[in-house]
Amino acid sequence: MTRMPGARPAIEIAGLRKRFGRSLVLDGIDASIARGRVTALVGPNAAGKSTLLKCLLGLVRPDAGTLTVDGVEVSGDPAYRRVIGYMPQRAPFPENLTGHEVLGLLRQVRGDVPVDFELIERFGIAGELAKRVATLSGGTRQKLNAVAAYLFRPSIVILDEPSAGLDPVANRALKRKILQTRDAGVTHLITSHVLSEVEELADEVLLLLDGRVHYNGSVNNLRDITGERHLEPAIGRLMEARR
Amino acid sequence: MTLTARLFVGGLRDVGRRRWLLAYLLFYAVLTDTLFRFGGDGPRAVVSLTNVVLGLVPLVGLLFGTMYVYQSREFIEMMLAQPVDRRSLFVGLYGGVAVPLAGSFMLGVGLPFFWNDGFADGGRAIALVVVSGAALSVVFTGLGFLIALRFEDRASGLGVAIVSWLAATVLYDGLVLLSVTLLQEYPIEHPLIGAMLINPVDLARVLLLLQLDMGALAGYTGAVFERFFGTAQGSVWSGAALAAWAIVPFLAGMRRFAARDF
Repeated sequence: MTRMPGARPAIEIAGLRKRFGRSLVLDGIDASIARGRVTALVGPNAAGKSTLLKCLLGLVRPDAGTLTVDGVEVSGDPAYRRVIGYMPQRAPFPENLTGHEVLGLLRQVRGDVPVDFELIERFGIAGELAKRVATLSGGTRQKLNAVAAYLFRPSIVILDEPSAGLDPVANRALKRKILQTRDAGVTHLITSHVLSEVEELADEVLLLLDGRVHYNGSVNNLRDITGERHLEPAIGRLMEARR
Repeated sequence: MTLTARLFVGGLRDVGRRRWLLAYLLFYAVLTDTLFRFGGDGPRAVVSLTNVVLGLVPLVGLLFGTMYVYQSREFIEMMLAQPVDRRSLFVGLYGGVAVPLAGSFMLGVGLPFFWNDGFADGGRAIALVVVSGAALSVVFTGLGFLIALRFEDRASGLGVAIVSWLAATVLYDGLVLLSVTLLQEYPIEHPLIGAMLINPVDLARVLLLLQLDMGALAGYTGAVFERFFGTAQGSVWSGAALAAWAIVPFLAGMRRFAARDF
């Protein structure tokens, strides 16, 4: 473990449970997300990754347990989300607004806070922002989605399958942004089902299986305990060991 | 500006919605103007309008309200991931649909009266049609929101919306007539008044026709209502019940919106 001693985790999760109808999606999650590091949230389909993220964003109300973001417990008060930037799997913008209007709407909602337009330059989409979202390609929407996540200089960034729909060049630009902001102290929580994708980014791994935490720690430690150099076989070994 | 107002204004920027609302406004303008040209004077145009209004306004409110919630699902998720409180978001979304919808109706019906000088002999009647149509827009938009929040699945939600519209406009009349025929031996006036209060379309109809002195057109419930309450008191009661129909689904929708998972 290479965590800074004394630094409180950016996110702490304790005893989190959520049931949808008959299926228990989160079955008592205890985990902590290290501050200023990139944590890969991994696990097979239906492991509970999306539900965990949605609980974190207040979109889903857990049945039991607590979530603490930056020392503030997640409750009905939305103020804790000021420090969070979120990039959902699919770009969620109203089709009839232009890119400028979407970003303007977000800025109005956030109020007067400093903004970061750097990704617009890096993606080279400044010229696309005057067009309506409906006429943008899927890739461009996804770029706008990433711009929105970093727009308000968040201290915690949540990216849900960020590489899906991005071309390789944009993907590289986003990865550079992730590493650069991480080095400036921003906490990242990234889901991906392509493990090789997150390999070069992740410092930490949070592995979910059937709604339970099966690993929550650093990538280096994971390599040590499994004897595998790469993330994919290492996690494969962890999953086998549990069977 | 408060957050709700910002959301509200943000929604109005939506070009597609503006076009749709303009089409809706033009439809009513053309309809009203046509009724004027063929029907002659203001009061007659009002009565002809009433029947269209009572059928169409609830349908449009329901469908527009329901569809809007389904279409905005991802937008709602995006907004909820911002530091936005759910109640403000709900009020902004609802206001962004109900107010422009009621507004286009009011303008669409009101403007032709204005340029045809219809206000001269029927100012009060027109005001009534405009107000009750706007009230029905608000009521059924709220019901549409509630339906869409209650049913996760788009197809079932739209189905429920259409069935609700049929129930309020067509089935309800049939059932009332049927029960009156079957139970004519019994004193059913009081249950009938209760039956009227549970249907906002009927409330608006009675409110309109009582005020227009056309109790005969108000149907059976209207006649019973007039005899029971008298015109003035009847209007107050039906107006209050209609207001309850606007407020209760709105509050129920807001509660559901605040508690549900997205």
